[in-house]
Amino acid sequence: MEIAVISGKGGTGKSSIAAAFATLNGKVVVADCDVDAANLYLLFNPTHEEEIVYIAGHKAVINYDLCTTCGICESYCRFDAISVKNSRIVISGISCDGCFLCSHICPEKAITMVQNDKSRMYSGSFRNGKMVYGRLSPGEENSGKLVNLVREKAKEVAKENNLGTIILDGPPGIGCPAISTITGVDKVIIVTEPTISGLHDMQRTIEIIQKFNLPAFIIINKYDLNSSMSKQIEEWCNQNEIAIVGQLPFDRQVTEAMVQSKSITEINPDHKISKKLKAIWNNILNQKK
Amino acid sequence: MIKIAIASGKGGTGKTFVATNILHTLVKNQIDAVLVDCDAEAPNAAAFFKTSQIGSVEVTQMVPIINADACTYCGKCHEYCNYNAIFILPPMKIINVIEDLCHGCGACSVACKYDAITEKPVSLGMVNLFSNNGKSAIIEARMKIGVMSPVPIIKAAIKQINDQVEIAILDSPPGTSCPFIQTVASADYVILVTEPTPFGFSDLQQSIETLRKINKPFGVIINRAGIGNNAVCDWLQKNNIPLLMEIPFKKEIARMYSIGELVSAKDLFFAKQLNTVVEKLITQNGNSCH
Repeated sequence: MEIAVISGKGGTGKSSIAAAFATLNGKVVVADCDVDAANLYLLFNPTHEEEIVYIAGHKAVINYDLCTTCGICESYCRFDAISVKNSRIVISGISCDGCFLCSHICPEKAITMVQNDKSRMYSGSFRNGKMVYGRLSPGEENSGKLVNLVREKAKEVAKENNLGTIILDGPPGIGCPAISTITGVDKVIIVTEPTISGLHDMQRTIEIIQKFNLPAFIIINKYDLNSSMSKQIEEWCNQNEIAIVGQLPFDRQVTEAMVQSKSITEINPDHKISKKLKAIWNNILNQKK
Repeated sequence: MIKIAIASGKGGTGKTFVATNILHTLVKNQIDAVLVDCDAEAPNAAAFFKTSQIGSVEVTQMVPIINADACTYCGKCHEYCNYNAIFILPPMKIINVIEDLCHGCGACSVACKYDAITEKPVSLGMVNLFSNNGKSAIIEARMKIGVMSPVPIIKAAIKQINDQVEIAILDSPPGTSCPFIQTVASADYVILVTEPTPFGFSDLQQSIETLRKINKPFGVIINRAGIGNNAVCDWLQKNNIPLLMEIPFKKEIARMYSIGELVSAKDLFFAKQLNTVVEKLITQNGNSCH
């Protein structure tokens, strides 16, 4: 079973909560799908049993010995990536989408496409099972594809090791990497917080989840930072028939656990947050689809 | 004009909090400023101001339409498409466009020698324009739900900035990949907002690596100072990275943010500190970046 933890808004506590679920009892496979800013490895310090090179798209490169500055490539590029500066064609690596069109239409064959090959995927073990995570090299694109790769590897590892539960720690937002994280999973947990931004981003996240027809469970994290806003989130969820599976208070011990490279349930299993998390997790596992 | 991007690798460190409060401070000091909310997947900045919408621009992308009567199923368009957006089974005479995968590059139209491909625009989202108390504007990039990439909407939002404004504040999306790069690439200076936790620290280092690659000047604001540990602060000092400001962790700040209130409107000391940071940035970076 694949269970994804996502949020829309960043910093609501996805990774801390995913880490707690991953260290509660039975061994699991953890897949860190926040490939832009992977963090769980900091808590789990996994071994690197396998390292896989991930090709994150391509970039166009000009060979100036062949280029005649005819400007055809500039007129065809739809990503504003090609311009003429000081009568030289310049390709912006930032704007280039790697579509190959310029390399096809250049009459002088002066444009080649170079692979972005700095991103990696790692697979290994941590103290409570197996872990797969991707690290997109800063500035490289196509994070959705890397997420798919991470998920495929996680499924493979789960099968090989006979582990039934895969926990996906998702990225913030609702774009390509978030969509890749939730497509086809069994359950989605949305972690939100009692702020205007938390509510707004949760609503956008629920819309995307409903597009995929997935069962969603809401956790309101740090609910006591603004109880009336938490009420508002609760009411909205009730009206829209979306299940709130738990509310967690703000507590510095959660951050303290992170500083010690542990989850809250590991450093203090008797803490009220740990107990709540355990109840939430069992509840989610037992819910029928 | 100077463009300052507010960014962070990790989400939820306080980018929008800093960006909205900077805008408020600038406007109060009669500076002609605009805030561009580039977090098109989860835009929130406009909620912090008494705004009225004054316009909007739809952002579209072209996707191909294949005319099956003219198509010879030669497969050239499929070969040219680097996004696997054209599905073709020549023996069965099946050809389909998978619009979700299309990036609108136009390569298929160029590839087709039989005039079988035309294009139509599809909506990716909106750029919404707001005025705040009749003054300084907010430009909001808002991606349509279900769209894959916010990048074209971010580009379109940044294009809406009027050249006449003195300062443009760009509220960046989290992460270190395309949406983040697109935002910071157009800025003259980047303020990275982090928090003093292991997650905040790790993502900060990754953002800095990216900014160094594209040669952007930057400084750091530590938000929620007091939680976590001193690792970020020590590391900044050791690496001579400017620490622009520390914002202490206070439940009152969290409460005000949660209901969409601007801390700089109430806490004058905070407003002054923020103003000093921005003024310094303008003197240091303002003239060189025209």
